Amino acid sequence: MTDLLLSEAEKMFIIHGVQDNLRVDGRSCDDYRHIELETDVVSSANGSARLKLSQTDVLVGVKADLTTPPTDNPDVGTLEFFVDCSANAAPTFEGRGGEDLARDISSTLARAYSSDRCSSSMLKALCVVPSEQCWVLYIDILILECGGSLYDAVSIAVKAALSSTKVPVVKVTSSDGGKPELELSDDPYDSLRINVKHAPCNVTLSKIGHSHVVDASLEEEVCSLASLMMAVTEEGTVTMLKKSACGSLHPESIYEMLETGKNVGLNLNKQLTRQLLDEECLHTQMGTNREPKGFL
Amino acid sequence: MAGVEVVSEQGFRTDGRKPNELRRIRCKQGVFSHADGSAYIEQGNTKVLATVYGPHEIRGSRSKALHDRAYVNCQFSMATFSTGERKQRPRGDRKSTEMTMHMKQTFEATILTQLYPRSQIDIFVEVLQADGGNFAACVNAATLALIDAGIPLKDYVCACTVGFVDDVTIVDINHLEETNHIAEFTVAMLPKSEQFVMLEMSSRLHLDHLSKVMDMATKACKDVHLVLDRAVRDHVSEVWQQLGNT
Repeated sequence: MTDLLLSEAEKMFIIHGVQDNLRVDGRSCDDYRHIELETDVVSSANGSARLKLSQTDVLVGVKADLTTPPTDNPDVGTLEFFVDCSANAAPTFEGRGGEDLARDISSTLARAYSSDRCSSSMLKALCVVPSEQCWVLYIDILILECGGSLYDAVSIAVKAALSSTKVPVVKVTSSDGGKPELELSDDPYDSLRINVKHAPCNVTLSKIGHSHVVDASLEEEVCSLASLMMAVTEEGTVTMLKKSACGSLHPESIYEMLETGKNVGLNLNKQLTRQLLDEECLHTQMGTNREPKGFL
Repeated sequence: MAGVEVVSEQGFRTDGRKPNELRRIRCKQGVFSHADGSAYIEQGNTKVLATVYGPHEIRGSRSKALHDRAYVNCQFSMATFSTGERKQRPRGDRKSTEMTMHMKQTFEATILTQLYPRSQIDIFVEVLQADGGNFAACVNAATLALIDAGIPLKDYVCACTVGFVDDVTIVDINHLEETNHIAEFTVAMLPKSEQFVMLEMSSRLHLDHLSKVMDMATKACKDVHLVLDRAVRDHVSEVWQQLGNT
């Protein structure tokens, strides 16, 4: 991420503001910035979403492919997360420069999605022939601009992209000689949708001074000593918890942050689900006439 | 020739275009706020983002610094979901390295590098969706981003692809036409002076046809120039108005 240099006075201003529950851009401590979300922006992918959270910009594409399921879990499909920190976001990401951050984001996502409930509801449907064939969803995340709260933005975009994903329906026909034959449906609109009800959204809480804020901007991230990342589902279950940045946290403040994070996460999931439903309605209304706005 | 015919008997191509017709170009400058310059372009279903950083101090090893001109640094990458089949890596493969080199050559010939000695200009392009003519779209996007960054250029660099099949020259070929192994020309030119800054041909072509193809390419690049110029002027007047001027 871009190195931002703030003077002591600027930091003090932000910290004092947070103490009084008023942040530099006028938000209170548990407000998100304005989120712009659009699904189905890339026609070469099975599902996609582009999310803009103020200056943070991510594009997620989901591509489905058939493979053999893992031997320890023969009746489920799999998710593969891949993050690419594009040099567009920061020149330091050029070449292999962004790989550390990319690996961290993808492993955080993989952990958030690895909970039993999430995988049982979502991945069961991706099985085609148990222990023979299953769908693997390659979730490719492209980071185009970093403006704070990257992990949150990525997780929301991933959930939106998954909900817009259309996996082709395959029929299993006669299995002569033990080898099942797969037949793709003739109707291109005949597709399988992913149930994202149990998919989590990431909420990052940054400790600034004695309080904590959600969705920290770049300036606030500089002032923050430590932050807590948690993945919250629609029912309020926490599927991943992680402390990041260099500072330390007292157990007391961790409890406080968990409480706020859970409430914010619940609200976030609710809003997102509603928006995705609206988007879905819009798509069905417009049909093929719809032109994605994308970056224009 | 395999499968579909590229140009039908009635003179239309598979996507309904005439042989000399470009795909619809839509573009926008100033997509990102962190970068010094950025642009997005859509040529049909090919979608490309470009960002420019610089001119700034040389990053990394100092030995790259040139005492009389700026060092132009390019990177071409393709999103893993941009193609029909998923790509394993966004960059670093042979094709991307080659594209990076072509970009570098193209823009070293166009940017007035002698104005910024001992500094560096970064051009990063990212293909979001690939449907043929990727390099041309990248060059056009990078030109818009450079203009957005306010970096002095000799002229716009306009690029397009031209194909030659069954005695017909077709411009701005899409992926379907690309896969038919037709003679394919990729050119980048400075439209005002009609100078070519990049020229590449794949497959083979009889020398007699060359002038015809070159003329068509020149014409297509000039068409692209018109579109880009209009977009730049619109963008500038919009910014001018936003600043409170009328």
